[in-house]
Amino acid sequence: MSYGGNREGGRGGDREGGRGGDREGGRGGDRDGARRPFFRRKKTDPFSGANAPKIDYKDVKLLQRYISERGKIVPSRITAVSNKNQRALANAIKRARFMALLPYVVK
Amino acid sequence: MALYEHLLIARQDISAQAVDALATHLKTIVEGEGGKVEKQEYWGLRGLAYRIKKNRKGHYVLLNINAPSGAVIELERQLKINEDVLRYITVKVDQFDVSSNKNRRDDAETPRAKPEGEATEEVAQ
Repeated sequence: MSYGGNREGGRGGDREGGRGGDREGGRGGDRDGARRPFFRRKKTDPFSGANAPKIDYKDVKLLQRYISERGKIVPSRITAVSNKNQRALANAIKRARFMALLPYVVK
Repeated sequence: MALYEHLLIARQDISAQAVDALATHLKTIVEGEGGKVEKQEYWGLRGLAYRIKKNRKGHYVLLNINAPSGAVIELERQLKINEDVLRYITVKVDQFDVSSNKNRRDDAETPRAKPEGEATEEVAQ
């Protein structure tokens, strides 16, 4: 709930959101700090709303949008997925990886 | 009775008929435990994202099961023994997905994974 602030562009909430996203949150955000006075578009959670897609580990096409080229899960501060949905998404990606639908690592 | 989605990967060398036979075998197991297989879906021979026991491809079979928990325990016990089955996952769901044809298509996913992609984590419930 308190993380809702980071979607509005609050600087303070940003770090928190990254940590909630996944364990590799710290590394991905290196150039984030330099872009302070930029205009930030208000982002909305792609999994909330009327005809939002269901998070499902079998839906490879959907999940592929939330992994990096390396195969890592993209932090929610980039994809604007809400904290709750990010957890579900991470779970789905991990299941998909286990069933060899997604790679663990792309070399 | 609870609803379970059960997805399994069978070895690439076995024929589609053998996969079908396997699926019907599993069905009888579930029914023997007082459950029901609501839907059975064969996704075909898909490329795996990484190699599993030297296999680059696998037959994917999805079963939607409405059964008591004992049926799942028995099902997974049998699958552990079966050497044709590379992986399986059972997920308890509130309701079955209606449109689950997303995976029928053959997508050319990057099969460039490390040969030693043996993930040993057991996500099966």
